[in-house]
Amino acid sequence: MDFDLSEEQQLLAKTVGDYRKQRSPVSRFRELRDAEGPGWSAQAWAEMGELGWLAAPFPEALGGLGGSFVEAAIILEQLGQTLVPEPYLASVVLGGYTLALGADEAQQQRYLAPMLEGETSLALAWAEANNRFDPTRVECEARPAAGAGGFTLHGDKRFVLNGHAADHLLVSATTPDGLALFVVGGDAPGLTRTTVGLIDGQRGAHLRLDGVAVTAAQRLAGTGAGAKAVLERVLDYGAAGAVAEGLGVASAMLDMTNEYLGTREQFGRKIGSFQALQHRAVDMFIEVELLRSLSMEAMIRANEADERERVMAVSAAKHQLATGGQLVSRQSVQLHGGVGVTDEHDIGLFFKRMQALATICGDGAHHATRYAKLI
Amino acid sequence: MDLSFTPEDQTFREQVRAWIADALPDDLAVKARACAHFTHEEIMRWHKILAAKGWVAPSWPEKFGGPGFSVTQRFIFNEELELAGTPPLSPFGLVMVAPLIQRFGNEAQQARFLPKILSGEECWCQGYSEPNAGSDLASLRTTAQDMGDHFVVNGQKTWTTYAQHADWIFCLVRTSSEGKKQAGISFLLIDMRSEGLEARPMLTLSHSPAFCDTFFDNVKVPKDNLLGPLNGGWTLAKALLGHERTLVAAVGVVRRWVRLAKSIAAVQVGADDRPLLQDPYWRRRVADIEMRLRAHEMTNYRALAEQQKGRHPGPETSILKVVGSELQQRASELCMEVMGHDALAWLPEDGVVPDNERWVAPNFCYDRAATIYAGSNEIQRNIIAKHILRLPSA
Repeated sequence: MDFDLSEEQQLLAKTVGDYRKQRSPVSRFRELRDAEGPGWSAQAWAEMGELGWLAAPFPEALGGLGGSFVEAAIILEQLGQTLVPEPYLASVVLGGYTLALGADEAQQQRYLAPMLEGETSLALAWAEANNRFDPTRVECEARPAAGAGGFTLHGDKRFVLNGHAADHLLVSATTPDGLALFVVGGDAPGLTRTTVGLIDGQRGAHLRLDGVAVTAAQRLAGTGAGAKAVLERVLDYGAAGAVAEGLGVASAMLDMTNEYLGTREQFGRKIGSFQALQHRAVDMFIEVELLRSLSMEAMIRANEADERERVMAVSAAKHQLATGGQLVSRQSVQLHGGVGVTDEHDIGLFFKRMQALATICGDGAHHATRYAKLI
Repeated sequence: MDLSFTPEDQTFREQVRAWIADALPDDLAVKARACAHFTHEEIMRWHKILAAKGWVAPSWPEKFGGPGFSVTQRFIFNEELELAGTPPLSPFGLVMVAPLIQRFGNEAQQARFLPKILSGEECWCQGYSEPNAGSDLASLRTTAQDMGDHFVVNGQKTWTTYAQHADWIFCLVRTSSEGKKQAGISFLLIDMRSEGLEARPMLTLSHSPAFCDTFFDNVKVPKDNLLGPLNGGWTLAKALLGHERTLVAAVGVVRRWVRLAKSIAAVQVGADDRPLLQDPYWRRRVADIEMRLRAHEMTNYRALAEQQKGRHPGPETSILKVVGSELQQRASELCMEVMGHDALAWLPEDGVVPDNERWVAPNFCYDRAATIYAGSNEIQRNIIAKHILRLPSA
């Protein structure tokens, strides 16, 4: 039983921490949010590639640095602390793991390798109007096309994280033989991407697939059980990644609120000296520590091949993000009083990111229900 | 990072589990399975069995008779006892006063008291709270007057658990009224058979006579029974608070209660003719507690790992008592809820309710104390606000 990070991991956390403090404070997110464009910077993404952060969790055979999901979680927790907007969760975790688990060598070479360098970005298109949080219920169709092993894709995908900016989209669709995953270029004929604004000020896309032609070489992970298993595992990585980033968000909010309680004065005293508010701050601290504990378990067990162990650890953590993490977030706004509900104050930006992370890859009810089936 | 126990720790766990199964007398095992309350006689019987094995004081240093367990082994050992539901040993001697005698006592005091705590020959109780000094403990008014070669103690202590069975009581008493109220307190060890000392048991919600009011009327206490320096008792009291924090986390108890709730819910049938445990609503209710227990367990492991490395307990340690006691209550509340009408029964005769339900109500009542004893959860939150979050004082 050992919860210490290795020396390399500690160094990674410190490097990312220094970067986000110096190069990407919350004001940078705010500027990108308010500007035209994708909401993140290709130049910063390339820097992250150079620094090795995008390759950190992947095996060396895939062009990675030989780490594990723990490295991704360490990076995400840091990025969450100042709302760094680059699409780490969408591109590295959801996109990268789909390719790492589901693609063949040629596909990995072509689509994963450049993303790890920060030259391209990815998106996973799995959510649809009628599948709630179940990635295996898919209405998008892959119809066999004339010729060897090709398909045309038809249907709609919703709320694709980084879908508006990704160079390559990984799309789930149902073939006559079952579920399959395809790589689609962002500029593929027949693909329409509509940028949608998200609650947290980031962007995503709705996709319309109107006969997008794909070849056999664009199909991942075989068909049926293979694609299903990949999607389920990838969404568990995604949920654990959202938890890690959410831990960064929650602990930043607790710090900001604690600071505010210790400086704001009313009735001639610091408001943090009132016991009613002190106890609320303690309840927030408790939820952050429980979230930290479950985030640690989830980041380790997300790699677990045993499905029950993995699902229980990930779902318990995601549920804690949606309950405990949200408690921290909502109380932070409350304790800031009037300034807490202005767009000018940063606390509300964190509040909105927490709300988005609680929903991404399955909300609290979804994960609690999933856990309850396994008790 | 590594979440697994070492193979040696796993082997240790198996050894402990096998030993408990073998050593726990049959009549106690029956009560353990039913989650029943144990009598003082039964608790002391189990104490002596553990003492004979050398395992009664897992946290004591070896030179005082401890078994030399590592931090992890102590945790595993405690967890296995809780999971098996063995009689809960009286903590007042073994885990409360003994560590203070080891740390602050002189050799004569160590030789006089420690062996009999270990063997179970002498039982202890705790004289802290008074009718007007509960959470505000430092305002206590029981006095010890210095008579040269002895003290004379006058006053009243309350919530003195198991005082009616105790041979000794350790007390915080006022020896000075000068300076800050914390500065005039001393720590006395008092023989319960002293003239002028009387313990009157009172019934608790769980209907067991666990508590006493304890009265001191000109009780003579030899000077040798002062532990630590005169007027230095508050330091000892604080040292006790920080002791064995991972053991107050109640992980094993909560796990037993959840297991019990599930076993009841597997039998109790709902309005749709299905056992409750097949109903998504009830599964979700159980899952909510299990998920929080999981978070609590992981937090406990974090604290344990810090201790194992010989480091100061991190901030996560401070939340263990609050989270554990609140979970313990939620879990016994769930047990009551899944019982339906059976939750109306009080100490039922054989056959009135299923066997595994018989002790739920008293346990549920007993658990109300969990958020009050060992520093109420309000006091715990005050401490966290002040020392961890460093929020300003009033």
